[in-house]
Amino acid sequence: MFRRAPDRIENLVTFTFDGQPIRAAAGDSVAAALLAAGIRVCRTTPVSGAARGPYCMMGVCFECLVRIDGVGNRQGCLVPVQDGMRVETQQGSRILSAEATA
Amino acid sequence: MALNRQHTDRDAVVVGGGLMGASLAWGLARKGLRVCVLDEGDIALRASRANFALIWVQGKGIGFPQYTAWTKAASAAWPRFASELEAETGIDVSLDQPGGFTLCLSDREMQANVDALKRLHNQPHAVSHPYEVLDHSQTKALLPAIGPDVSGSIYCSLDGHVNSLRLFRALHAALKVQGVDYRADHVVDEIKPQSGGFLVKGSWGEISTPKVVLAAGLGNARLAPMVGLEAPMKPSRGQIIVTEKASPFLHYPVVTIRQTDEGGVMIGDSEEATSADLATDHGISSVMADRAIRMFPLLGDLNVVRTWSALRVMTLDGCPVYERSEAHAGAFMAMAHSGVTLAPQHAYNLATAIAVGSTPDDILAFGTRRFHVPACA
Repeated sequence: MFRRAPDRIENLVTFTFDGQPIRAAAGDSVAAALLAAGIRVCRTTPVSGAARGPYCMMGVCFECLVRIDGVGNRQGCLVPVQDGMRVETQQGSRILSAEATA
Repeated sequence: MALNRQHTDRDAVVVGGGLMGASLAWGLARKGLRVCVLDEGDIALRASRANFALIWVQGKGIGFPQYTAWTKAASAAWPRFASELEAETGIDVSLDQPGGFTLCLSDREMQANVDALKRLHNQPHAVSHPYEVLDHSQTKALLPAIGPDVSGSIYCSLDGHVNSLRLFRALHAALKVQGVDYRADHVVDEIKPQSGGFLVKGSWGEISTPKVVLAAGLGNARLAPMVGLEAPMKPSRGQIIVTEKASPFLHYPVVTIRQTDEGGVMIGDSEEATSADLATDHGISSVMADRAIRMFPLLGDLNVVRTWSALRVMTLDGCPVYERSEAHAGAFMAMAHSGVTLAPQHAYNLATAIAVGSTPDDILAFGTRRFHVPACA
């Protein structure tokens, strides 16, 4: 669906999405890097559980929420991808720390 | 929906389609009246869309014991109300009544709250409500996420909350089921008493009705004198902060913090005497946020997704006003800032009183006469 522009293939970094290694260009947002890798679903909604993926790419629609390095509900389109970053599907609502919700 | 019924078909016009007007219109229709609701449009000052959604009993009725009784009965009627709405519309309003907390961040705050509840219970003709005073560790047993700054709490088993946006939608869906003639964008400019009832006018035209019910919130102040009533109000703005949805951590509503059925956390609920200015005040919202984080430190990690402010329908003493016009038979007015808590009372008891045209004592107490006599005891 998306193809990387020829001038955006330098300075490659590697991050993981749900454990799967993905190559991206430094400076990509997490959401752009996911789309470029052909990943269209990055979360499920808290209310109905429906699948969602990046949409507005400018920080307003909150469709691209992901877990990044263990922190939930990060907006993928606003976070530059980093080498070694651990990105995961955001399943439903954000999980708060276990001892606080016991 | 028939938009052009003849006026001979109509038994009552309700002015206002918020929680108050919709509850009353639904109740009147269920009593067999043919009802028309004249509502404003999308930019109405709509407390029904901005409220904090608590069903709250604790502390209500200082100086006004009938208000304690009225509110307790509302809390008790909520399960029936919610299930009847769901049966009629299929909409679940997420009623949850596990009891509710007031959290205190100092011993002084704690004492002030305990003193207020003692005053409520020691006043003449007091109506009691259950409550427990809990220290930090007793509170922590029920609310594990509280922070060390919480010195204690007051718990009342009658308190609860709902999804109030869904409540508002359910009431409007129920109006449709009952065949109520609902008209949006029908601002009422004038109500003229005439023989056998009233002529209600606006830029959209006019309709006549034997009964008119003013449920226009702050708009009642303007409309009431047209039917021989007065509706004194005072300004009261409330601000609310809403966070992103999070996994459930708060299983009881707190008077200023609640986690909705869908996971978002609402932080409220300032009371500001102000003009009709709806701009949010960041000074006040930061105090609200700071207190909320001291109560529940994990809130500090959550993103805020929106804030808003709204104007309460606040009467002079904060208690509801219900009154029948003596000068013009068939005219009624109703206003309250507790449109969620009291919705079942409005839908059942108040609507019945309006439908049959006689006012029982427990409703008479809420007339404006109380503002005219010197307060005793």
